[in-house]
Amino acid sequence: MKQSNAVILSNAPIARDVFKMDLRTDLAPMAKPGQFVQVAVPGFFLRRPISVSWTEGDVLRIVYKIMGNGTDKMSSMKPGEELSLLGPLGTGFPIKDEKEVVIMGGGVGTPPMLKTAKAYLDQGSKVDVILGFNTAQDVFYVDEFEQLGISPVVCTMDGSAGVKGTVLDGAASAGIKTDYVLACGPLPMLRAISASYTKGYISLESRMGCGFGVCNGCVMTDTNGMQVRVCKNGPVFPIGKVVL
Amino acid sequence: MMDLSVQLPGLNLKNPIIPASGTFAFGREFSMIYDLSLLGGMCVKSVTLAPREGNPLPRIAEAPSGMINAIGLQNRGVEFVAEKELPFLTKFDTEVIVNVAGASIQEYGEVIERLQGIDVIKAFELNISCPNVSAGGMAIGTDPDLAAECVRIAKRVADKPVYVKLSPNVTDITKIAAAVEQAGADGLVLINTMPAMRIDLKTRKPLLANITGGLSGPAIKPIAIRAVYQCAQAVNIPIIGCGGITCGEDVLEFLLAGASAVEIGSENLVDPWACPRIIDELPGVLEKYRFASVKDAIGKALPQNS
Repeated sequence: MKQSNAVILSNAPIARDVFKMDLRTDLAPMAKPGQFVQVAVPGFFLRRPISVSWTEGDVLRIVYKIMGNGTDKMSSMKPGEELSLLGPLGTGFPIKDEKEVVIMGGGVGTPPMLKTAKAYLDQGSKVDVILGFNTAQDVFYVDEFEQLGISPVVCTMDGSAGVKGTVLDGAASAGIKTDYVLACGPLPMLRAISASYTKGYISLESRMGCGFGVCNGCVMTDTNGMQVRVCKNGPVFPIGKVVL
Repeated sequence: MMDLSVQLPGLNLKNPIIPASGTFAFGREFSMIYDLSLLGGMCVKSVTLAPREGNPLPRIAEAPSGMINAIGLQNRGVEFVAEKELPFLTKFDTEVIVNVAGASIQEYGEVIERLQGIDVIKAFELNISCPNVSAGGMAIGTDPDLAAECVRIAKRVADKPVYVKLSPNVTDITKIAAAVEQAGADGLVLINTMPAMRIDLKTRKPLLANITGGLSGPAIKPIAIRAVYQCAQAVNIPIIGCGGITCGEDVLEFLLAGASAVEIGSENLVDPWACPRIIDELPGVLEKYRFASVKDAIGKALPQNS
């Protein structure tokens, strides 16, 4: 864990209320797929946990949704301005020797799956990607996955783009039978995935205080009844490990 | 070299900086990023007799110049803490304070009894001011008689000095301070968080699952300064100041108000290096305002010293 005064290189909308921000920071080469950074937004006390979507050299990319005043302020920041980052934090997705994996991203759970997909491709796995959104206006990152040579199956709940329904409907519709899943998205999506798959990993989202395991602000219970910290023991957990 | 040391009952502090309970866990995470021996002391997370799971999520919310938490004293119980957490701290040269909580005044005594004879513990801090539990906590610390009785029970079994952390959520904090002093408290810690809440505009519901939480951070610093200043004139036992400290200047403000040392809380969560940074800043701040040492600055804003 390091603190870094990162310089904003770009900050632009890519879907409804969703922004992509590139930052120059020495944290970039340290970040593993599925890890996150804690972003200090000027004028706010607590940091905001945001997953690392992509890194290239000393450039780190985050994708965030405007959820409240803090992320709203972030969206108004300009290239050249600085943001204090703390990271990289959390466990990240383990890159296991699997022949085939299916990657599922829901809404702003999609960004960390890009770097994860790349890591699996690099070790020679066959990677299928299914992305779920509420409606066509919310869809993003199709091009980014295509640049990796993957044609993602897009799903929307209202059917305004791609397959109508959830990522599980998307898997059925595309005939994807892979049983090893890597997923990040809203809780209902992760619950549904956990009911259908037994192998793989899911990444949880949580409000956090510190982000490095000391405040117990993001604690959940695992299936053995032990309390786990999403920020430190996760945010990536083996599927079925945490009571959702 | 500036003398930062302070001697308090049971606590031989090389500097007045102590991470506050609940923002430092049991030191393990912070020991990965800096040497805990840099710290004057450290106060571990609240310990209760039995394990506690704490409150449902969300437990944390942003607030103007601070944060609101309702963790709910999650901890694995005194047995686990004594066996698995405290031994880790023996390798550091810092004064360990164990924060004790309970659902009843008797529980405070039972927790301390289990912790007797553990050398690494230099003092106890009674948490009679947690706003996030249905029994004990703040309910004890806002009633002078109950607070005093809790201190008497603790003092009967404690083999180390007993400090008492008070709530600002009272009409006259000096009455509670005087009551616990009379009951034998060795020092005060002022203040714990202030009961607070937020409501989500979209859902029209409280943001925290516990509905209310404790406000901390710079937002409560002026309240804490006031509490220290008032109590320093009402009691003769030493005071450890706590509330919204983020920098060396804040520490000096607490010293001037009558604190002999300080605890750093929320700032640890947003700047994990806050404590060593503040220790580094302190000599320059003292020099700038023409103090020869930490001791030299204690209580200098009080009417009796000006």
